[in-house]
Amino acid sequence: MTAETLFASLQLSAPELILAVGALVLLMVGVYSSERAAPVVTGLSVAVLVVAGLWLVLNTGDGEAYAGAFLSDPFAKFMKVLALIGSVTVMIMTVGQARAAQIDRFEFPVLLLLATLGMLLMISANDLISLYLSLELQSLALYVVAAINRDSVRSTEAGLKYFVLGALSSGMLLYGMSLVYGFTGHTGFDEIAAALTAEGRSLGLVFGLVFILAGLAFKISAVPFHMWTPDVYEGAPTPVTAFFAGAPKVAAMAMLVRIVIEAFEPVVADWQQIVVFISIASMLLGSFAAIGQRNIKRLMAYSSIGHMGYALVGLAAGSMAGVRGVILYMLIYMVMTLGTFACILAMRRRDGEHVEGIDDLAGLSQTNPFMATVLTILMFSLAGIPPLAGFFAKYFVFVAAIEAQLYGLAIIGVLASVVGAYYYLRVIKVMWFDEAKGEFARSAGELRLVYGLSGLFVLGYVLIGGLLGNAAEVAARTFF
Amino acid sequence: MTDWPLLSAVTFLPLAGALLLLLMREDSAAGRRNILNISLFTTIVVFGLSLYVWYQFDSSNPGFQMVEKHEWLGTGISYHLAIDGISVLFLPLTAFLMPFCVLASWVTIEKRLKEYMIAFLLLETLMLGVFVSLDIVLFYVFFEAGLIPMFIIIGVWGGRDRVYASYKFFLYTLLGSVLMLLAIMAMYWQAGTTDITELLKYDFPRQMQTWLWLAFFASFAVKMPMWPVHTWLPDAHVQAPTAGSVILAGILLKLGGYGFLRFSLPMFPLASDYFAPLVYTLSIIAIIYTSLVAMMQTDIKKLIAYSSVAHMGYVTMGTFAANIQGVQGAIFQMLSHGIVSGALFLCVGVVYDRLHTREISAYGGLVNNMPKYAVAFMVFTMANVGLPGTSGFVGEVLTLVGAFRANTWVALFATSGVILSAAYALWLYRRVIFGALEKESLKAMLDLSTREKVILYPLVILTIFFGVYPAPVFDATAASVDLLVNNYAAALQAAQDVALSVQ
Repeated sequence: MTAETLFASLQLSAPELILAVGALVLLMVGVYSSERAAPVVTGLSVAVLVVAGLWLVLNTGDGEAYAGAFLSDPFAKFMKVLALIGSVTVMIMTVGQARAAQIDRFEFPVLLLLATLGMLLMISANDLISLYLSLELQSLALYVVAAINRDSVRSTEAGLKYFVLGALSSGMLLYGMSLVYGFTGHTGFDEIAAALTAEGRSLGLVFGLVFILAGLAFKISAVPFHMWTPDVYEGAPTPVTAFFAGAPKVAAMAMLVRIVIEAFEPVVADWQQIVVFISIASMLLGSFAAIGQRNIKRLMAYSSIGHMGYALVGLAAGSMAGVRGVILYMLIYMVMTLGTFACILAMRRRDGEHVEGIDDLAGLSQTNPFMATVLTILMFSLAGIPPLAGFFAKYFVFVAAIEAQLYGLAIIGVLASVVGAYYYLRVIKVMWFDEAKGEFARSAGELRLVYGLSGLFVLGYVLIGGLLGNAAEVAARTFF
Repeated sequence: MTDWPLLSAVTFLPLAGALLLLLMREDSAAGRRNILNISLFTTIVVFGLSLYVWYQFDSSNPGFQMVEKHEWLGTGISYHLAIDGISVLFLPLTAFLMPFCVLASWVTIEKRLKEYMIAFLLLETLMLGVFVSLDIVLFYVFFEAGLIPMFIIIGVWGGRDRVYASYKFFLYTLLGSVLMLLAIMAMYWQAGTTDITELLKYDFPRQMQTWLWLAFFASFAVKMPMWPVHTWLPDAHVQAPTAGSVILAGILLKLGGYGFLRFSLPMFPLASDYFAPLVYTLSIIAIIYTSLVAMMQTDIKKLIAYSSVAHMGYVTMGTFAANIQGVQGAIFQMLSHGIVSGALFLCVGVVYDRLHTREISAYGGLVNNMPKYAVAFMVFTMANVGLPGTSGFVGEVLTLVGAFRANTWVALFATSGVILSAAYALWLYRRVIFGALEKESLKAMLDLSTREKVILYPLVILTIFFGVYPAPVFDATAASVDLLVNNYAAALQAAQDVALSVQ
């Protein structure tokens, strides 16, 4: 690698470098300052993320870097912006909550920065090796974050569970990669695709493909690799759960899209049936298993399983319209999820006690009409009722599935969404139809900002949907 | 043509009213008063505008008028509004019933008045949007979004079993509609557009028509509601507050009928023809069976709800008879039923506000102390029965004529429904109004207040006016119905020619 190409590579990966250097510097700041450095580090982390984001939007070109291991293209940029927004939002939401959730250590923002760095690299990964390394960077940071409240048994349990199952999935992923490498002789996505076109597929390669998809399905918590999700969502401190539900899912989905559409493009028929199966199973489980939940974080866990199923509907189509649908779905899903978690974080009684039961929301429409209205809008949107954003998210993935003539998938999907509507309605019912049992303390300003903006986005999607649709179209055209 | 977007104005004006209400506070009597006044004012202005639309409407033009079209969400989905003879009259109907809903809630809604009025104004926007949208995705958005405010209205201000009723309403209708959504997507890929005007011209293959028709039918039959998917309606009606029942019976039920006329019949003529016997059968069962069920009800609202199902049976029957009389009759029946059933629910509301029970057995002999009420109630009962001289007669007789031309047996069975409707309606009237005034609780009941007179008398006048002089309605609809029926016949003929030439 000459100095010139190295310099060009560094330029393309500048946002990642900013994050990496920022994380290391902030770690030093944290280590060498007093106990109360956490808020300062959090604030600086937000600044680092914002700078990286701005650099990404304003100053990053398209191209390959590091001999093809890293790729910067419109799709990567779109998804990276999403991931950064997700991280920044969660970081802002934790500012006021850190003390109460017992996560007020300076390591927390630093770990989130490192996880975000991992996500950005995942999104850009164009090679099995860089994919694996970035995925592990993200995952290791997340394992620690899940267990960050080390005095809480549930938090530690969540962290351990996540780690053991995550390690298992990483193993499967690695095994699959080695099979793919063994049967094609390449690790780069483009080279794998070229080899597949030239030589056709072999049974060993299909094995590898299955293992890779299983490993990635774990990361997006799709059925049948979803078991960790409800426990980790419930056990981890709520700000951490909010983080888990947003940006990492976006990054993992982006990675999944890239690997199947780029590397395994020649064997569409093979991965399509796997994705269809995972999608149907996730939608059904997400809908039915959520019905009995009493804890709103667990409910959101099943909800996210279901939503990953819907996003995969678009991927299963494997077309331009499908990828566009997935991109929009992840965007809208992330905004809805962040808004909902902002509401969950605001479920704090006057004496400071945090509650997580759905029944604790009783009568919210009378005690806190604004929050109740926003949460109602978000729930209807999650259920996919027009004219809210969640409907359009579903519309665009299903329209792609119909184009690809996956009628069975589409029919099961919409029927599952009706079942899903039932449990979202229950949250609304509790807020509007039931009598108030107790009041919440006034929500912190940053939480109100987050759920207010999220509600506004969901409502206003009918106005800005055209613009976002065009942006997603540009991003999706990367592959076609 | 007007150069400002009249249809958008009509559609979104209630939304503006709702936003204004957001700024109000209801904790004082004056605040309450303001909320009511703003709501009433908004709905009346919308009604005025909708009349202006009707006035501006060129009834000799069978095509779409007052077109507004803008790019919207990409991938072909556009913001496209227009009206034709089939949709034009639903605007004034919707806008007409809304002020009465506000008036009917004037004193009865004691808690959370602001949210209540916001929900109603929101609902008005969404219902008007259904009738004016000319993009099929936009149509679906309006069609489904109406579930949200109605769910809240039934659930918050409803009766004792309101939670069950609101869930049932929501999930039933959603289940029907999602299949239609898939059909819409399939149509988009087949025809390459979501524009209704383009889709109306597109010739869908026969095999595909069958599936699309069934998917649309799933949605509209639930909304209508047709037997056997009508069971959500009695629950929703009984539990909803008076104004909610009025809107449900008056307008929401018409969305299904409108959908049949706008989509099923003109876009899938071959499938409509193929499935017409099925629709006839279901309509006849609805007419006869639900009339019998209505007779056995002990709850006034439930009785009227079942009678609505029976009356909607005439609409589906007339629609799929697919001749001028049938379709004209179906449209007229929908408009008339909108007024009459709305009025009947308002009548129930009048006595319910006084006695707080809907049990028929709790009443009797009201003619003695509420003569004005007895007269108004009688007019609506007669219109419900279909007595000549009331608006109910015109629609029923036309749909029957239409059905007779298409299939004599259908008309024979359907006509027996007229007798049954007379039976349950008159029996209800006798038990509530006539008889001796014996019950202590009834003796103190006062006749109609001024507010109630303002609500009921205009409806009485309209019911009789359209019964005697239905021409304004037919003038507006005739050209478009002609076009619809002719295109339908032409499509069937063309298919037959193709079949013959193949042999």
